[in-house]
Amino acid sequence: MCVTCGCGDSTAVRVRIPGAPDHSHDHDHPHDHPHDHPHDAAPDPAAATVTKSKTIDIEQELLAKNDSLAEGNRGWLAEHRITAINLMSSPGSGKTSLLERTIREAGGERTVCVIEGDQETLFDAERIRATGAAVIQVNTGAGCHLDADMLRRGMEALNPPDGSLLFVENVGNLVCPALFDLGEAGKVVVISVTEGDDKPLKYPHMFAAADLIVINKIDLLPYVDFDVDRCQRDARSLNPDVDIVSLSVKSGAGLKSWYEWIKVKVK
Amino acid sequence: MSITQSVIDVVTKRTGSDRVAKVHLRIGKLSGIVPDSVRFCFELIAADSPLAGAVLVIEEPLGLAHCRECGEDFELRDLILLCPCGSADVAVVAGTELAVKSVEVV
Repeated sequence: MCVTCGCGDSTAVRVRIPGAPDHSHDHDHPHDHPHDHPHDAAPDPAAATVTKSKTIDIEQELLAKNDSLAEGNRGWLAEHRITAINLMSSPGSGKTSLLERTIREAGGERTVCVIEGDQETLFDAERIRATGAAVIQVNTGAGCHLDADMLRRGMEALNPPDGSLLFVENVGNLVCPALFDLGEAGKVVVISVTEGDDKPLKYPHMFAAADLIVINKIDLLPYVDFDVDRCQRDARSLNPDVDIVSLSVKSGAGLKSWYEWIKVKVK
Repeated sequence: MSITQSVIDVVTKRTGSDRVAKVHLRIGKLSGIVPDSVRFCFELIAADSPLAGAVLVIEEPLGLAHCRECGEDFELRDLILLCPCGSADVAVVAGTELAVKSVEVV
């Protein structure tokens, strides 16, 4: 997972508003930022009593901190009747294009907001902003995934209205984002037919975590060796109950099924 | 790397600035985490912490699943949910562990 890719420096994470001056935080802090998470990194006072050459039982899940922050997000979202959907994929599968079209075509019924995750740039947030939806960009720096704390900070900056639909576009990566619960209502994995139909078995954790798999760019099927049946079969061997929708953001084919899936999630 | 960082966070929360000589981890075969990568990152990340130079002892529990169809438990070598009896109605019961078990401080 992300142990191999150099991510994890949380101090490098920036939450940015497209169109606003970059608030780089290299100044002193005359103003107060909300800061309500528990500071559980402080050494336990009991540690002072630890004697030398001693085995200490710890028995703690490594993802426990993220999972507890994700539960906090889940509670906050439920309280505000906000449905959050986490989109994950490799880079270039068409997540942002899917969101642009979805906001333009299906955004009328509910307010749609977006949190964009990328290592660098405001490119995706600018594209979403052009659709009229409220958007926040989280730049993870070296980080290869969004975690629950980044989502919390993104939501704090975005302040999505009650009852809205919140899309979270994760950092393009089929590996690490699978491990990190954000508190979302649904995980969507997007795979485009140009990537190859072998991806579910190559990246099993991601496809096992998905609630929905979107097979995108099906307008290109005549030009590539992508076996939709094989992709679906392999995905279901990892995740028997997963929903699968084939579509083309470009041509519009299959989008109706995607909108139907969102409607069911929102209810 | 953020997973390896969380090893250090979890340990130092308990042991403060005491020097840690050994860390026992449990990384299941189905957890999605590669122990060798954790070892590699650990050396780098632990360098400036009380865990610098600590030995990593990694237990790797096998993946186990229970078949709801035939009732058998069987080893699951990957995430393909298929019982030898042919049923795909199986539940993973072990192998996804990702935890710090214990540490030895000096």
